[in-house]
Amino acid sequence: MEKKLYTLLVYSENIAGILNQITAVFTRRQVNIESLNVSASSILNVHKYTITAWSDEEQINKITKAIEKKIDVVKADYYTDEQLFIHEVALFKISTPVLLDNPEVSRTIRRHDARMMEVNHTYSTVLLAGLTEDIADLFNKLNNFKCILQYTRCGRIAVTRSFDEPISDFLHEQDSKDND
Amino acid sequence: MSKEVITGSEALMRSLHNEGVKTIFGYPGGAIMPVFDALYGYTRGEKKMFDHILVRHEQAAAHAAEGYARVSGDVGVCLVTSGPGATNTLTGVADAMMDSTPIVVIAGQVGVGALGTDAFQEVDLVGVAQPITKWAYQIRRPEDVAWAVSRAFYIARSGRPGPVVLDFPKNAQNHTCEWNPIKVDNVRSYNPYPKIDSCAIEEAAKLINGAKKPFALVGQGVELGCAQNELVEFLEKADIPAGRTLLGLSALPSDHPLNIGMLGMHGSYAANMKTQECDVLIAIGMRFSDRVTGLPSTYGQQAKIIHLDIDASEINKNIKADVAVLGNCKQTIPAITSLLNENNHREWHDSFKKYDDMEIEKVIEPDIHPTEGPLLMGEVTNVVAEVTKGEAVLVNDVGQNQMISSRYFKFKNKRSIVTSGGFGTMGFGLPAAIGASFGAPERTICCFCGDGGLQMSIQEFGTIMEQQAPVKIILLNNNFLGNVRQWQDLMFNGRYSFTHMMNPHYQEISKAYNIPYDLVVDRNDLRSKVEKMISTKGPYFLECAIKENEDIVPMTLPGKSVDGMLLELDY
Ligand SMILES: Cc1ncc(C[n+]2csc(CCOP(=O)(O)OP(=O)(O)O)c2C)c(N)n1
Repeated sequence: MEKKLYTLLVYSENIAGILNQITAVFTRRQVNIESLNVSASSILNVHKYTITAWSDEEQINKITKAIEKKIDVVKADYYTDEQLFIHEVALFKISTPVLLDNPEVSRTIRRHDARMMEVNHTYSTVLLAGLTEDIADLFNKLNNFKCILQYTRCGRIAVTRSFDEPISDFLHEQDSKDND
Repeated sequence: MSKEVITGSEALMRSLHNEGVKTIFGYPGGAIMPVFDALYGYTRGEKKMFDHILVRHEQAAAHAAEGYARVSGDVGVCLVTSGPGATNTLTGVADAMMDSTPIVVIAGQVGVGALGTDAFQEVDLVGVAQPITKWAYQIRRPEDVAWAVSRAFYIARSGRPGPVVLDFPKNAQNHTCEWNPIKVDNVRSYNPYPKIDSCAIEEAAKLINGAKKPFALVGQGVELGCAQNELVEFLEKADIPAGRTLLGLSALPSDHPLNIGMLGMHGSYAANMKTQECDVLIAIGMRFSDRVTGLPSTYGQQAKIIHLDIDASEINKNIKADVAVLGNCKQTIPAITSLLNENNHREWHDSFKKYDDMEIEKVIEPDIHPTEGPLLMGEVTNVVAEVTKGEAVLVNDVGQNQMISSRYFKFKNKRSIVTSGGFGTMGFGLPAAIGASFGAPERTICCFCGDGGLQMSIQEFGTIMEQQAPVKIILLNNNFLGNVRQWQDLMFNGRYSFTHMMNPHYQEISKAYNIPYDLVVDRNDLRSKVEKMISTKGPYFLECAIKENEDIVPMTLPGKSVDGMLLELDY
């Protein structure tokens, strides 16, 4: 089956050790995690994970079900890129002397809508938020200018195209069960 | 009025009592001493609430808890110390996970302040247990005991049951808290009973109503859902022949006319062959283990597959279903039955006879009624089954003894088989039988073992002696790790690499433990010796001197399709 980059959105209770349980599902099936981002969600005490991995649909479906089966995981779903708004953030630390010597460098940064965060005599920092391709593009260009001192990129974060968090309905249903 | 203040250990006792616990299998140690001290008061005198069974190895505590859970339908409980005590239970925990057995293991742990310091007997128990448990949790404060214990039992017993591990640091055992009993019956992130989809029910019924050659696969889910009666109604209404998995053997009485035997690698010939001929395959509470499917890509290709399961992650995991009916089969089976037409598949059912006759002639009769040569495992099982009239509980170890005793034992009642299916754990049988004897004290417990598996757990003779646990141990002694020996014959040209083993003098061992013993060598003595064993009160050890190189057939060779099943092995 064809391999695609899938994005999993996982919601869990805020209990220590859950991350381990989630990543173990990938490890056991020998699937590499491409990127992983974890943070609090818009719902109190619920954490949200955005995980990407290359896989075929059958396998990602099984992985998603195995994750959702973990007791403290509230919900897990997988998506393709078309179903999501996706963003990433990258930080570049570049050499100030190269930046000053070559005006193309700052033009490139501006053309990418990246932000200069700090400039001093030795180095400057640049921040870019955008899609994976935009970030990769800026990286390649700056790399060609041989000005990159350090580089880091966060994991993909994503929201779905649906109205609210995919678990809102679920939690609502649970609440009404409690009130029965 | 001010609330009562008690220690974490005392809170644990009360919480266990609130969960209906009566029997605990355990072994003490430094990191669990405060709990054992509290337990002492609750096992005797006026405050007596629990029986504590002191096993001789923590692995046995876990298997005993499994045996207890399987026959009683309650949660089995273990109490052990930290580090080595806790890790010793993990084989049983993994076994319980594979076979959906509800147990709760409570282990001591070093104090919270010492966590992560490699303190004496510290192990990251939650870390190592998480992948093999339904839930694993560390109780760090005494005020969390009531919540954690109730949540543990709720999770262990609800939905698809499974093992839970509670790690209990010493400070939480010793410190005090206000006593607030808690009953957990809901976890928001956990949905044990999926909503039943009426469309799936209708689709399933439609497929079954249209089937000419329907075939049901019955698994342990039927027992776990207490749906044995619902199953019989379902099968009878639409006249559907049924094969049972190893763990589902007692979900349908052995002598029910629609029961056509056991599925799997050493199951019944017809059950396996007909899988490749039926037009609708109805899997009920079973998980298409590779031991059942053989080569999955060839399995039941011609059939429409209906899969009833409570666990969504089982659907399409190994075999793709055409219709998935999620839910507890206690509800889903009758929902389907109500939409079924009364039916008669006489011709289809009769067509099994050809295969049955072949198996009877080539395998079963020679196995259970041999007239010459050394004693065979099949004839021993058959005699025990006849003497106990289908009323006993079968517990077995792993290996040839497991396959043969499962094939030839007879079951009248539900919850009558205790076996290590998914994990295939040698050393399971004896402790599980001890546990079963506490879980169903009114029943006869017959424990079939090989010489290898018995010696992996032989220290539990001590527990049997101390408790007078009425376990009938039937040792099928072939002086070999028989199962592996059979494979060596099949695949390694009979090079018996470390499968021959020297046995101890079992009579002397029995004597040392004061367990009545007998030896059968001659088949003419078999029945009377079995009768004596069954009629003797309390434990009994019957050693049977079995043919050394007996092979288990039928057999589906690994990597082969189920209809490639062989009635004789040729090597
Ligand atoms: C703990 C464990 N170790 C090893 C095995 C592999 N194994 C499966 S069956 C078997 C032989 C069992 O021999 P025995 O207990 O004498 O029973 P028999 O097959 O002869 O009936 C072995 C070694 C296992 N299943 N479990």
